[in-house]
Amino acid sequence: MFEGWDAVVLARAQFAFTMSFHIVFPAFSIGLASYLAVLEALWLWTGREVFINLFNYWLKIFAVAFGMGVVSGIVMSYQFGTNWSAFSDKTGPVIGPLMAYEVLTAFFLEAGFLGVMLFGIKRVGHRLHFFATLMVAIGTLISTFWILSANSWMQTPTGYAVNADGQFIAASWLKVIFNPSFPYRLVHMVLAAYLTTALVVGAVGAFHLWRDSHLAGPRVMFSMAMWMATLVAPIQILAGDQHGLNTLEHQPAKVMAMEGHYQSHKDGAPLILFGLPDQAAGKVKYAIEVPKLSSLILKHALDAPLAGLDTVPRENWPPVPITFWSFRIMVGLGFLIMGLGLFSLWMRWRGALYESRLLHIFAMAMGPAGFLAVLAGWITSETGRQPFTVYGLLRTTDSASPLAAPAVGSSLTAFVMVYFIVYAAGLTYLFRLMAQPPHPGEEGPSGDMPARAAGITPASGAAAEGSA
Amino acid sequence: MTSLIDFATIWAFIIAFAVFIYVVMDGFDLGLGILFPLFPEKADRDVIMNSVAPVWDGNETWLVLGGGGLMAAFPLAYAVLMPALYTPMIAMLIGLIFRGVAFEFRWRTTQRTRNRWDIAFAGGSLLASLAQGIALGAILQGVHVEGRHYAGGWWDWLTPFSILTGLALIVGYALLGATWLVMKTEGELRDKAYRLSWFLLFAMLGAIGAVSIATPFLHFQYAQRWFTWPNVILTAPVPIAVAAVTVMLLRSLANRQDYRPFFLSLALFALSYGGLGISMYPYIVPQSITIWQAASPENSLIFMLFGVAVLVPLILGYSAWAYWVFRGKVRPESGYH
Repeated sequence: MFEGWDAVVLARAQFAFTMSFHIVFPAFSIGLASYLAVLEALWLWTGREVFINLFNYWLKIFAVAFGMGVVSGIVMSYQFGTNWSAFSDKTGPVIGPLMAYEVLTAFFLEAGFLGVMLFGIKRVGHRLHFFATLMVAIGTLISTFWILSANSWMQTPTGYAVNADGQFIAASWLKVIFNPSFPYRLVHMVLAAYLTTALVVGAVGAFHLWRDSHLAGPRVMFSMAMWMATLVAPIQILAGDQHGLNTLEHQPAKVMAMEGHYQSHKDGAPLILFGLPDQAAGKVKYAIEVPKLSSLILKHALDAPLAGLDTVPRENWPPVPITFWSFRIMVGLGFLIMGLGLFSLWMRWRGALYESRLLHIFAMAMGPAGFLAVLAGWITSETGRQPFTVYGLLRTTDSASPLAAPAVGSSLTAFVMVYFIVYAAGLTYLFRLMAQPPHPGEEGPSGDMPARAAGITPASGAAAEGSA
Repeated sequence: MTSLIDFATIWAFIIAFAVFIYVVMDGFDLGLGILFPLFPEKADRDVIMNSVAPVWDGNETWLVLGGGGLMAAFPLAYAVLMPALYTPMIAMLIGLIFRGVAFEFRWRTTQRTRNRWDIAFAGGSLLASLAQGIALGAILQGVHVEGRHYAGGWWDWLTPFSILTGLALIVGYALLGATWLVMKTEGELRDKAYRLSWFLLFAMLGAIGAVSIATPFLHFQYAQRWFTWPNVILTAPVPIAVAAVTVMLLRSLANRQDYRPFFLSLALFALSYGGLGISMYPYIVPQSITIWQAASPENSLIFMLFGVAVLVPLILGYSAWAYWVFRGKVRPESGYH
């Protein structure tokens, strides 16, 4: 099997597959960790029982999602070496330290306090427990900081030199870390994680309100989630726009691919809404376009000239069809999320937030929208960087390990099988947890483990919590 | 080296330290997975799982530091070793996935499927341990390097020696797991753990002996390192210390001092690990790449050294606190409350 296949294509497929399955869990747990910290803070501040019930409810879901994120993340940290050894050798001195800092400042923080967060509330007291929750939440954000810095450096490398062995080395660490696209990408990703979590929380809230609109927990979580969508979705669209302008400045070929601009336009480029990019022919077939709108968005002038891929050597073209479509999926979902936020605001104003069936259907349908938008956005960003791993400097084909196709193909097959088993089970358990409404006296992850829960009744637990 | 300080050697010790912490910390929780089939009772299994549930994730983070740190500090070694160890690495990752998710999944399911996750926990732990031991053996026997690339085949790692180290590590992890249970449990579970510890200690001594005898035959340099004057002054204390720790371990098992066997088993690991270090230094890929050849440029090493100097003591501090919070015996009736 896999004789005659291209080992680099298989390695890319493996990276795309394992990365896509990995990224959805961090995207969810970054947002959820912050949400848990907010819930626990509100509980400590107001003493209202509904907040600790929601905290314990989402903590169980967090435990499952976090575990899946950890194990799929270990795969990523070793895949650089197994499948991309030439890349590791050449970029290790620059990217390696960023990832080492991620481990030192973030992973240990999360892992060190996770046990106390999940199982320790009765052992350490409320304030120390809140501190642990806060450390986990901060850890997820620090992790985002470093990994996006590393990724952004691959997109817009600055502050580097090349040594005699052909390795990239840092000339200025500040310029490496705070490379030009990093601030935009970081803001865009953190907001994406928050929105993703809000949409899941909103969908679960809507699901339970659908069955009983008087449940306290679902009402609170649904309202919080809809505020998030209302307020953050427009900011995210603005942040995405700014990120796009930054990309135009530093990675013009990626924007050309996103826009489907194979041709240059001297006086005003059209915005191609839809069409079928044909990479071989170098044009977008059946394009539906709005004249000059692309120039207006990207250059803020109707007649501004915009270069197309015809100004880029063909061997440096990104795969336009993928970039073009994934970008449209992301943008479309972004506007739908904003639509949900605005609709919920209207229903809230009319006093029908907890009763509107239409809103609840909309919110439930949008539950996975954040994940899809995150995936589409990353596919846009990563395929738009092709055919390079370090933009303009190191080609993907020069980054791979000296492996034969059967080796890469076999490991890809193994990962696909393992992930389907593990993820199918994990999703089943997550849905099972979400299908139950949060109830008074909700227990955390230790609660439903018989060996841990003995001797604690829901009533005594609630009483202890109420006295905080 | 233009600088007065040898940062490559400092980093070799840092990576070695991270890997050692990983080996002993994840070692005992992998060992629990290896021993899992010997404890068929659900109540016992719950206690075993609960004894590590709050800390396993932190233990595994040291593996990420070892891998990430190797890429950052010795990118050439990372780039050569990972393709050379391709199959054991993939097997280890798959094993770790199954055992990692089992920690949460087995609580979220019915009796029938719980058994499946118990199998995943045991099988995943066994696979990951075997793969790590094989990887160790494959590194010790050396890999074929040309230029800056691995140039061997993708089955080169599989030899009688690497199988031996694979089995040896399984035995060693199981000993750590058994002595951990001696420390963390009571009653019949502890009695059984004591009996297992006896058996596994002798198996471990056999494994240490077999690997120690086989290693000098791999390369002339290994033999020279251990048996020539004046190196003997440095190397001879290692087997003597192994003998001393063994005697103490036997006595602590005989006297049923619950806490000692675990820490003495850690000492056995430390000595074996030190022995490996003596064999390998200063090579990071034995017989072909030294730590200086593989090291990142100095400004990368220095940049990270700041982080390590400040953060690792902090990490050790709050990790120790996490262990302290969940200290003492795990009781089935009281659990964590």
